[in-house]
Amino acid sequence: MKRKSRAAEKVIELAIALVAMSTIASILLIFLFVIKEALPIFTSAKTQAEASLARFFSTAIWQPVSDWPRYGLAPLILGTLKVTFVALLFAIPVGVGAALFTSEFAPRKAKEFLKPIVEILAGIPSVVLGFFALIVLASLLQNAFGYGSRLNAFNAGIALSFAVIPTIFTISEDALAAVPKSLREASLALGADRWQTAWRVTLPGAQAGILASILLGLGRAIGETMIVLMASGNASLLTASLFDSTRSLSATIAAELGEVVFGDPHYNTLFFIGTLLFTMTFFVNLGAGMMVDRLKRKLAGKL
Amino acid sequence: MKKISTILLALGLLASVSTAAKRITIKGSDTMVILGQRWAEEYMKAHPDVTIQVTGGGSGVGISALINGATDICESSRPMKQSEKDKLKERFFTTGVEIPVAKDGVTFYLNEANPLSELTLDQIKDIYTGKVTNWKQLGGEDAKIVPYGRENSSGTYVFVKDNILKGADFAPGTQTLPGTAAVVNAVSKDKNGIGYGGAAFAKGVKHTKVKKDAKSPGYEPTEANVKANLYPVSRDLYWYLKESPTGEVKKLVDWVLSPAGQAIVTKVGYFPVK
Repeated sequence: MKRKSRAAEKVIELAIALVAMSTIASILLIFLFVIKEALPIFTSAKTQAEASLARFFSTAIWQPVSDWPRYGLAPLILGTLKVTFVALLFAIPVGVGAALFTSEFAPRKAKEFLKPIVEILAGIPSVVLGFFALIVLASLLQNAFGYGSRLNAFNAGIALSFAVIPTIFTISEDALAAVPKSLREASLALGADRWQTAWRVTLPGAQAGILASILLGLGRAIGETMIVLMASGNASLLTASLFDSTRSLSATIAAELGEVVFGDPHYNTLFFIGTLLFTMTFFVNLGAGMMVDRLKRKLAGKL
Repeated sequence: MKKISTILLALGLLASVSTAAKRITIKGSDTMVILGQRWAEEYMKAHPDVTIQVTGGGSGVGISALINGATDICESSRPMKQSEKDKLKERFFTTGVEIPVAKDGVTFYLNEANPLSELTLDQIKDIYTGKVTNWKQLGGEDAKIVPYGRENSSGTYVFVKDNILKGADFAPGTQTLPGTAAVVNAVSKDKNGIGYGGAAFAKGVKHTKVKKDAKSPGYEPTEANVKANLYPVSRDLYWYLKESPTGEVKKLVDWVLSPAGQAIVTKVGYFPVK
């Protein structure tokens, strides 16, 4: 009997290991596939006549369906940066603030429902948030600020911040809660009040975790597609104003990949954009992971 | 182990049931997706043994699906390009079958508060190419024009680019939205907006009367005007098939072109071909 269960355990262990490995393998394969489809930009002379690294940055115009196709990436990169900037501008204070309140000041009862409610926000499908931004938020903001273009980077950024806040909130809250009680007690014992303790002791103690939460939020904001596609108007303009319509890298892939001819320079370019996005989010998430690791070791007293 | 085999058995049964029923897939133009759905609903009511699945995505998406063998019928709001026909031929050794199933006027929407109600083809071209940027230049209020359009995967985008802009590029400031409904919604909320799409979606906005040139009268995209070829921007809506329809698909095509099928075209807001 015992022998048999041992064997079964081995099988299960192996199965789990296999599943874990296949996850890693599939991520690797996806990345390889995306790179492979972007490769002609570097190798094929025929593709380079229309789309090459030099061409991507020598024009400010994104006009892939044209008698004279131009693949200027500058407006798209700027669009992603603008929307991400606005999203973080709102999500960081709100997310970190809410986390600080929940972990340091909220009564236990409030804490018990605050956290789940913010986490439900993370479960809202992004297409719903995008639709809300397209129909309701855009008009609200336009009436409040009176700018000309109803759909713009600002509108998309605010909508995006709703998707980023739960990420920042949850991880920040976990980081704050992980700060040892002894630190707080020491601070209070020295005569600091609760606010001083939260601001000067707990918050710096959770610094690495909060930074990690911001980085993960940043990763989410860069890659998020549906909200930006619906709320930003998608005009590929190269302007500094946050109140102009804007087109992001991710929304461009979502909008155009459906129609594109396989093997066309336009197709390769979209995959190049995919590689760009993948690389950006990969490093941002890697950075966040390293921060969390550091925090864990620090709190365990190993650093 | 027993559980797994039960699940496998159930899956197998499910698969065999779904292949036994007659299934037709229709995919393509977002402009035509509502029309396709109404047709499917009515047809399935009369033929309960047939399942018809209608999805959108854009004309280009539908044509790609037809070429890849992923759909039985492709809905398209533009004629197939030569390059696409070549691809179909390469794959299936057929040139495809083109069936005009309805007519549509590409409608230009203006916000209800806009004092203008008619535009010439040239004026529309100037707006979308960015030559004209203020409504004042067209006799309206002193306000910046906010042009809305569709993504470049849309058949309507290609139609407007080819027929109104005469192949010129849209101005970079043209905001592109996913779906005609989103365009109508944006224009209905934007006093200075202008957008385009099928007539079926126009709610909360007004239809622009279109004039061929400054001297000719303006026409609204009504059934009579489209049928009489008076409305200057009308187009055929197509169904594309790999080869001449047989069996259930043929029955469906015949029904769509029958008076009963064409009556639904009118109901949805397009114009019958017959």
